[in-house]
Amino acid sequence: MAQVTAPSPARPVEVELRPAPPVDLGRAARLGLIGGVAMVLVAATGIVGTFQTRLLIDPILPLGLLFLYLLAFAFGWMAGKPPAALEGFAPARANSRNLVAGALAGALGGLCVGVLAALMSTFDLRGVFVQLSPQLLEILTFGLPLGAAIIAIVAISAVAGAIGAGVHLLPVRLKRSLLPALVWVMMFALFTDLVGQLFAGLSAEFLTDFLFTGRGGALTIVGAITVFIVVFVAYWLLGGRETTLRERIEAMPRGQRTRFSLIAAAVILIILWFVPKVMGPFVSQVLDTAGIYLLMALGLNIVVGYAGMLDLGYVAFFAVGAYTGAILTSPQSPAFTPQLLLIVAIPFVMIAAALAGLMVATPVIRMRGDYLAIVTLGFGEIARILFNSEWLAPIFGGAQGITNIPDLQIGPLQLSTPQDYFYPIFLFVLIAAYVTFALQNSRWGRAWMAMREDESVAEAMGVNVVTAKLSAFVVGAVLASFGGALFGAQIGSVFPHSFDIVVSVTVLVIIIVGGMGSVPGVALGALVLIVLPNLLREFSQYQFLFYGVLLIVMMLTKPEGFIPSKRRAQELHADELSQDAWLDIYGDKPTTDATTTEPPR
Amino acid sequence: MSEAISVPARPIRSASRVTPVTIFLWGLRIAALAVILYGSYQSISSGRLSGAQWRDLLIFGASTGSVFALIALGYTMVYGVLRFINFAHGEVFMVGAMMAFYVANGLAATSLWIASPFVSLLIVFVAAMTTSASLAVLLERIAYRPLRNAPRLIPLITSIGASFTIQYLVSGLVGPSTKDFPRMEPLRGTINVAGSLIPTSRVVVIVVTVIVMIALYLFVERTRTGKSMRAVSEDQETAALMGIDVNRTIVTVFAVGGAMAGVAGALWGLVFPSLNYFSGFLPGIKAFTAAVLGGIGNILGAMLGGVSLGVVESVGPSLVLAGYDIPAFSQLKDVVAYAALVMVLIFRPTGILGERLSRDRT
Repeated sequence: MAQVTAPSPARPVEVELRPAPPVDLGRAARLGLIGGVAMVLVAATGIVGTFQTRLLIDPILPLGLLFLYLLAFAFGWMAGKPPAALEGFAPARANSRNLVAGALAGALGGLCVGVLAALMSTFDLRGVFVQLSPQLLEILTFGLPLGAAIIAIVAISAVAGAIGAGVHLLPVRLKRSLLPALVWVMMFALFTDLVGQLFAGLSAEFLTDFLFTGRGGALTIVGAITVFIVVFVAYWLLGGRETTLRERIEAMPRGQRTRFSLIAAAVILIILWFVPKVMGPFVSQVLDTAGIYLLMALGLNIVVGYAGMLDLGYVAFFAVGAYTGAILTSPQSPAFTPQLLLIVAIPFVMIAAALAGLMVATPVIRMRGDYLAIVTLGFGEIARILFNSEWLAPIFGGAQGITNIPDLQIGPLQLSTPQDYFYPIFLFVLIAAYVTFALQNSRWGRAWMAMREDESVAEAMGVNVVTAKLSAFVVGAVLASFGGALFGAQIGSVFPHSFDIVVSVTVLVIIIVGGMGSVPGVALGALVLIVLPNLLREFSQYQFLFYGVLLIVMMLTKPEGFIPSKRRAQELHADELSQDAWLDIYGDKPTTDATTTEPPR
Repeated sequence: MSEAISVPARPIRSASRVTPVTIFLWGLRIAALAVILYGSYQSISSGRLSGAQWRDLLIFGASTGSVFALIALGYTMVYGVLRFINFAHGEVFMVGAMMAFYVANGLAATSLWIASPFVSLLIVFVAAMTTSASLAVLLERIAYRPLRNAPRLIPLITSIGASFTIQYLVSGLVGPSTKDFPRMEPLRGTINVAGSLIPTSRVVVIVVTVIVMIALYLFVERTRTGKSMRAVSEDQETAALMGIDVNRTIVTVFAVGGAMAGVAGALWGLVFPSLNYFSGFLPGIKAFTAAVLGGIGNILGAMLGGVSLGVVESVGPSLVLAGYDIPAFSQLKDVVAYAALVMVLIFRPTGILGERLSRDRT
């Protein structure tokens, strides 16, 4: 991909701008119908029914219907969004027509749900669609007769859509305070257990009693309003300043910046030290799982994010780590009876993983892109079937796996609870993060990134592609194997069915959602995608559906992820950057320096 | 794009220098060949299976392979036009099979199923084809069209997401349980072909596949739409300059590929009568292997690749693995398929027939 440079023409004295086109109602109608299909699918896959039992705010807001009408809100938001400013046009401002567009989209979505309700009350569809039960009809129609119910559904959806579109009309400061406040209320309402646990750990149970209907109960109306007001006021006072914090840090002189990051790191470490103590076994268990996934994601980040090789069989290295650790430490393993300590076994785990990485990488050196992805998928599945097979059962235990893996022991310390495991897992995550950072600007890191941009050009510039590919696979494999070894020790057993292709895809989703090539992004991805589904137990049933939709949506709208690495974002948005550069010169943000060569971010 | 730039780099390098990698790859080739030959020699000389049993395995493989071939068409045509692997195509196939199951189940309750099996089968096929074709077109419109000019990995990742989405949507909509395809009386017998008895369902599968393949071949080679499809796969921009509606042609490609997957789904129901939301994954991967094996972008190649892969998969375990006295070698049936996939992609990414698209791949 060519280096992006902004066009830098001399600034004309006067530019005549045409008025922006109004929001497109036809597009709003199309969005509404798409939203309607989405709402119908949400109802028909049972999401509404399953979540209905979960009350968000005590008597008034069940999660199931909220989910349904949040979709109307989201599609109204999309329909009412003012179009992006184009060359020669004035930037669009939202007006009442945008509200109409949002309401139209919402109403059409609601109409689709109404049609579903009408169909359900006329026919029995449960022969095919198992979730379309009379209970669901009762939920959808609010217990009203059909005609009134359809009118109610359409009206609520239209209002939700109009509110969604109305977000674009709000002044920026209000919007920046209102949305976080709503999100925080949602968080408090969704994660009642977590919040209650946190308050209990801080011995502040009175807060739980005040905000919730009881220990483990739903948020009360008073509680919801309290949370809303506190967060709203906090954000209003900050006045959107939190976006400039990053810029202020970047503007600091070098010495001060280093000191600042050291202090921040120390504070985070101290907080993390207390996390398992405060949070108790359940949350710690979830965090351990997230840590193991994070370890894998950091490894895959090197292979996919840095070196640009899509590895769909990545779980195989995780499995190699888990099995090597299990065979060496468990007295039950059929092939190796001596019982090593995990600490002693770790070097062997690394060697095994490195060898596995070489075994996969060497044959695929000549391949690129999608063929590479399919070959690695093939290797991953072969590994899983072999671990599961009767043939290799004398080594790997076949379908019964390897059990009785002893707990991790460091000197006199015997780790057994999930809280204990948090520390070694976190330590390995730190090591992996350090390795990732250190490699980023090393000779290897630069070679990987050059290879990602264009393999042939990199080779022509003297990058040894063979070594670069092999090293990326080996480093990735070793990081995954740490995760595997810790996973085996923590669970106490290793079974072949833990190493399914869905693990590979989950790890891929983590790095894509977070931001390929960016360590904070990957951490955020693991936190959101592993911790949230595990904390919301109703949700876990729909976890993979959610991952699939998220992958598509991210690729379509934000392929660089939520916390992107700068260089990757530039690659992916090369065209838009040149468009934005135009805006900076002519648009409402005039730059005084027209000879800028740096692409604006 | 970058592919065009990279064309001259590879043949020159690989032709002129012997690197450790080339030596390693040759070693791998020789080792794989030795393993296969020794295993086959062992199992044939042991005489464990009779000639008739080998023939049954061959026919079994050929009929499974025809289903792979039909799915492979979708991969091969989409790859030919857009140069990307539609990972969700296996799910298009699975949805077609689901539709076939529900229609067949509905018909089995009526008298039509017994009275005129031919008409019922026709209805099942049409329903499956329409569903799969619509789903494929929908996928193109929602997920792939906005990404037409994105870097190559992005549509691939999107299609992985689409694959997951469809699997778990189907699981949520119709439930995760395994469905049993209703039996059709006339298909349960055997037919005497050249002195040997072959199950009727297998014959039906092979015959239907051959008919559909011929129809598709004529469509692509003889009609105007087919011509525009070939033109777009040759060079999109030039085709657009020649007045071909590229978007419409790409939609046609997805629709035809989807319809073929629908036929495959209905046929799958006749041969392997159990089905769940995950049933599309493995046939999808195998069909992709078949498409590459035959030479991707090549319709005849897909047929050839499908049947070869089916035969390799059904004969391979008994031929090669049994020679090494591996216990429960039928467990490793999929390993044979995946090993074939890996070997084909590593050693002959251009496939048996295809040289046409070979330059800008691998």
